[in-house]
Amino acid sequence: MKPFTTLTAVAAPIDIASVDTDKIIPARFLRKLRTPTSGYEPYLFHDLRLDAEGKERPDFVLNQPAYRNAGILVAGPNFGCGSSREGAVYALMDSGVRAVIAPSFGDIHYANEIQNGMLPVTLAEDTCHALREQLRAKPGSQLSIDLPAQTVSDAQGTKYAFQIDEVYKDRLLKGLDEVGLVLQHLGAIEAFEQRHFNERPWLA
Amino acid sequence: MSTPRTMFEKIWEPHVIVREGDQVLLYVDRNFVHEGSFHAFGALAKEGLKVRRPRQTTAVADHYAPTLNRELGLAGVADSEARDMIELLEKNTAANGVEHFGLDHPRQGIVHVIGAELGLTQPGITITCGDSHTSTHGAVGAYAFGTGASQLKQILATQCIWQKRPKTLRIVVDGALRPGVSAKDVILAIIAKIGIGGATGHVIEYAGSAIRALSMDGRMTVCNMSIEAGARAGMIAPDDTTFEYLQGRPYSPKNGDWERALVWWRTLPTDDGAAFDREVRLEGSTLEPTITWGTIPEEAAPVSAPIPEPRAMSADKRAHAEQALSYMGLTAGMPITDIKIDRAFIGTCTNGRIEDLRAAAAVLKGRKVVVPAWVSPGSSQIKRDAEAEGLDRIFTDAGFEWRASSCSSCAAMNGDTVPAGMRCASSSNRNFEGRQGKGARTHLMSPAMVAAAAVTGRITDVRTLL
Ligand code: SF4
Repeated sequence: MKPFTTLTAVAAPIDIASVDTDKIIPARFLRKLRTPTSGYEPYLFHDLRLDAEGKERPDFVLNQPAYRNAGILVAGPNFGCGSSREGAVYALMDSGVRAVIAPSFGDIHYANEIQNGMLPVTLAEDTCHALREQLRAKPGSQLSIDLPAQTVSDAQGTKYAFQIDEVYKDRLLKGLDEVGLVLQHLGAIEAFEQRHFNERPWLA
Repeated sequence: MSTPRTMFEKIWEPHVIVREGDQVLLYVDRNFVHEGSFHAFGALAKEGLKVRRPRQTTAVADHYAPTLNRELGLAGVADSEARDMIELLEKNTAANGVEHFGLDHPRQGIVHVIGAELGLTQPGITITCGDSHTSTHGAVGAYAFGTGASQLKQILATQCIWQKRPKTLRIVVDGALRPGVSAKDVILAIIAKIGIGGATGHVIEYAGSAIRALSMDGRMTVCNMSIEAGARAGMIAPDDTTFEYLQGRPYSPKNGDWERALVWWRTLPTDDGAAFDREVRLEGSTLEPTITWGTIPEEAAPVSAPIPEPRAMSADKRAHAEQALSYMGLTAGMPITDIKIDRAFIGTCTNGRIEDLRAAAAVLKGRKVVVPAWVSPGSSQIKRDAEAEGLDRIFTDAGFEWRASSCSSCAAMNGDTVPAGMRCASSSNRNFEGRQGKGARTHLMSPAMVAAAAVTGRITDVRTLL
């Protein structure tokens, strides 16, 4: 996993509340294989981005020239609610998005972002709202995220502090793989299993 | 005296192996996989890893299973990409020695239906699946939650998951439900009240006399939709209803083990006086059949109400409601019973169980549908049971298509889509834009309400037909 430390990138405002993962990637694309040469970027926000004929909808934010290369999204509450599909994170990552700033996230999607080295940043609702206004006023402007310092800075240099679980922060900074982190505890796991299944043999 | 504990704590604590900051390494007793789990198996193979404890994982083909031509097995899957997905699951599970219920297996069904049906889902245990509706399994008194592909890979490789302890929320529904009001109406009313993010970061315990009075099928319907309020899991204390349901199931403990399990299971319910982080109460006797009018499950209302006015909502809800009404092609203020429908669908891990089929059949008996309608039982076993009771005849006499078991039109991954612009009365759990197919419009409701809509062509209070 690629470590996440700091990121300065164009940020795009996503004004819809409760963006579900079906919106981020419709179910019909989940059967697609993801390989180094064919990623999930064509499916990102597919039905919001393209009309019935497959033409870009000019009013959708990521179709506008200033936001095309967005590496950060600033969204409304409950981003990534609904289905557990990790394809939503693949579509974001493969399109170059490495961080989402929102007042709150769907629980499973939040974990999925962390697992892939993406950073979900939780900021207050009015801060997110103000940032989106700013980004709309000056399309193409950048935000900077500093994970070690736990801050987001806007174009004026105003800093907003955010909270993140220490364990998640550490894993993101080091780009650690969790299977390895679990297997460090193999001894404890095996001892647990022995006790557990001794007591409840029908579960083994 | 020891401190009173919640059922959640009684399940969580004994499964903690290691603590690190706010996170614990939690042991997973049972895991389920389906066709969508191919990313996890792929990543596992790429890292040269195998499933560490194959006996604790069960696989089933459900999301991509076709509902027609099932007697042909794989050859009956017209869509080659869907066929590849189903075959890939077969290969991945065979390579790892994981038990697999394929298309033509008598135990095939939707993963969240077969778990309890087979007795794999048991009280007191931790259960995972790479699917958000894993919360269903909590209905027997288990801690069951969905994960994405990466965490699923870790569970396959280690049988453990790092997790932060969720907060606890008790939802108490007291009072007797009135005739025509079902478990689906209870959970839709709960979500309408607390909102789609109302339980984020929490595990919900459903309690109260209305919940206790529900059958296992009804309890699974309630727990299933916990995720629609953002909860990580939902659970209901095990009692005699649970034990009677589980006894004698293929994977339930047997003989002496059953007795030992029972002693343990009876200790699981929340102690009197145990503290929850939050509590919410609803009065069951005031609930009505409830349907969704919008594009998130919280956008729901009693059938007797008009479609709410976005202008009367708080700012955060208003914008969403306006967009939802435009997508749904509806106007605020119109009676919900004026909504005409084009399709009717009964099935899914929410409402595809035998009682759901019975409730719909009771409405359909002696009546005819006026729109295309189909039913896909939650499992192949339920399909056989329903046929033994003659329910299939009631459905087909009424003009419903009687299909094979699959997720079918819930997420339409198997091709059972609702065409763009069409309005479907559906017993499923999500009314998101495009969930049943690009441009499709979904109204969530109970199976009996779907049946009522199917025979009248509009959303109808089922109580007028009983
Ligand atoms: S029936 Fe629907 S919600 Fe349930 S597992 Fe299948 S697709 Fe998911």
